[in-house]
Amino acid sequence: MKTVYFDHVATTPVDPRVLEAMLPFFSEHYGNPSELHRLGREARAAVDAARAQVASVLGAGEKEIVFTSGGTESDTLALAGSLARYQPGHLIVSAIEHPAVMEAARALNRQGWDVDFVPVDGDGVVDLDAYEQAFRDDTRLASIMFANNVIGTVQPVAELARIAHEKGALFHTDAVQAVGSLPVDVDELGVDLLSLSGHKLYGPKGVGALYVRRGTRLQPVIDGGGQERRLRSGTENVPGIVGLGVAITLAAEQLPEVGPRLESMRDRLMDGVLERVPEVTLLGHRTQRLPGNAAFSVRYIEGESMLLQMDAQGFMVSSGSACASGSLEPSHVVLALGLGAEDAHGSIRVSLGRENTVEEVDAFLEAFPPVVDKLRQMSPLYVKG
Amino acid sequence: MYTDLVMDHFTNPRNVGEIEDADGVGQIGNPVCGDVMRISIAVDDTDHIADVKFKTFGCGAAVATSSMVTEMVMGKSLTEAAVVSNKAVAEALGGLPANKMHCSNLAADALHLAIQDYLVRSGREDEVDQILPSLPKDHEHSSH
Ligand SMILES: Cc1ncc(COP(=O)(O)O)c(C=O)c1O
Ligand code: FES
Repeated sequence: MKTVYFDHVATTPVDPRVLEAMLPFFSEHYGNPSELHRLGREARAAVDAARAQVASVLGAGEKEIVFTSGGTESDTLALAGSLARYQPGHLIVSAIEHPAVMEAARALNRQGWDVDFVPVDGDGVVDLDAYEQAFRDDTRLASIMFANNVIGTVQPVAELARIAHEKGALFHTDAVQAVGSLPVDVDELGVDLLSLSGHKLYGPKGVGALYVRRGTRLQPVIDGGGQERRLRSGTENVPGIVGLGVAITLAAEQLPEVGPRLESMRDRLMDGVLERVPEVTLLGHRTQRLPGNAAFSVRYIEGESMLLQMDAQGFMVSSGSACASGSLEPSHVVLALGLGAEDAHGSIRVSLGRENTVEEVDAFLEAFPPVVDKLRQMSPLYVKG
Repeated sequence: MYTDLVMDHFTNPRNVGEIEDADGVGQIGNPVCGDVMRISIAVDDTDHIADVKFKTFGCGAAVATSSMVTEMVMGKSLTEAAVVSNKAVAEALGGLPANKMHCSNLAADALHLAIQDYLVRSGREDEVDQILPSLPKDHEHSSH
């Protein structure tokens, strides 16, 4: 059976060019960048080159890039690291953050920080009034994600950062889903801190970076040998860092071609599903969304069932339904849109990537309606049967 | 995470649907994760299950347990069907993931409610406790 991978929000395949660039750093060039001999210097040069690549894509300075073990660590370092020097005060996050930010905020809350979870509207866009009103005199940081991993909605990050600064707070954005898929320039955005992850942009898993604007004071969450300008101790993941540098460069180079192509495939998929399947709701904003992300709530049926049935047909997609999650909790993102529990159960996410084709989208549009039909015929909630 | 047998019952569910003019119908819903199972039965003159069908809203495990329980009790006597437990259904499927044991494993309960419904409808309330010692308790699972 031909399989089609439509789950690029979860992770992406490593681009063959990225893998090729990484491989020598497992074998011949295995040196520790902290050592002064030839192998050490080679490894140091490779890490520095990757840092320059990441900085260049983001419009940042090389000294503003800290390599980490991925998006989760970058988020943790941004929140815990930037707030460590303050007495517990107040911080603001959105109601739809990835667990990496949510849990970092909750951990700070347990240390005495007040946390406000700013609501979003029905499209998943942060409520600007509520956001602005949430600031207090002791608000030290606002952290609002760039693009949501479940519903794809993109936030007005520059505006959110401007407001935070007006109120005297730092601004962090979790741009793990955005970098590689959308143009991201730290100066245009005006952010102080920005997280990204390698495996979402055709790079390897287990490597990421945090952009830290010059002058932003940060304390490490991992202490030790003092690597990464003391902000992240531990011998560098040299092959991973090299891979991230190449992957982010390739993604930025291809973005002008890939972005519009993904958007047009995504729109074809969204329109096709909404046209062919009755009683389906689009999740997230119609246009202000990730170029490859389409998400729906399908009435009367449950997301994990949809996911498994589509898998049996060769299509790999994802669901935010309670039953599909390990915790059996419905997605907090879908609930934050104001959907009832029953509709939250029927959520499905289809995320396209640069290797996907229009033919695959059309094949999905053929396969999906009969699956919905089959499950609805099976559902005691579906009355029209 | 699911056994091949679970996936088989999920992708090719047996006995889907609703019996018209059923002799008994049982529905159960789990308020935590929101699955709903409805089982309808036709009972013959000798107290055997002549037909059984299900409709289920829920995850792969919910569908598979529903399908499996219909297969296990088709043609069985009411007393035999009454002792089929949720646990036995899960075992017949080769096991379920731990987190799904409570949430999705209610098919036998729905069946027992259908048997109870049949007994009540045919004026045999007095036999309910005797035939169905393991009837689901209201405080555990509320019916939707
Ligand atoms: C928005 C967002 N933030 C953070 C993460 C975590 O990144 P990582 O898997 O690299 O730790 C992810 C990916 O799962 C994500 O989608
Ligand atoms: S129906 Fe929700 S976990 Fe099975």
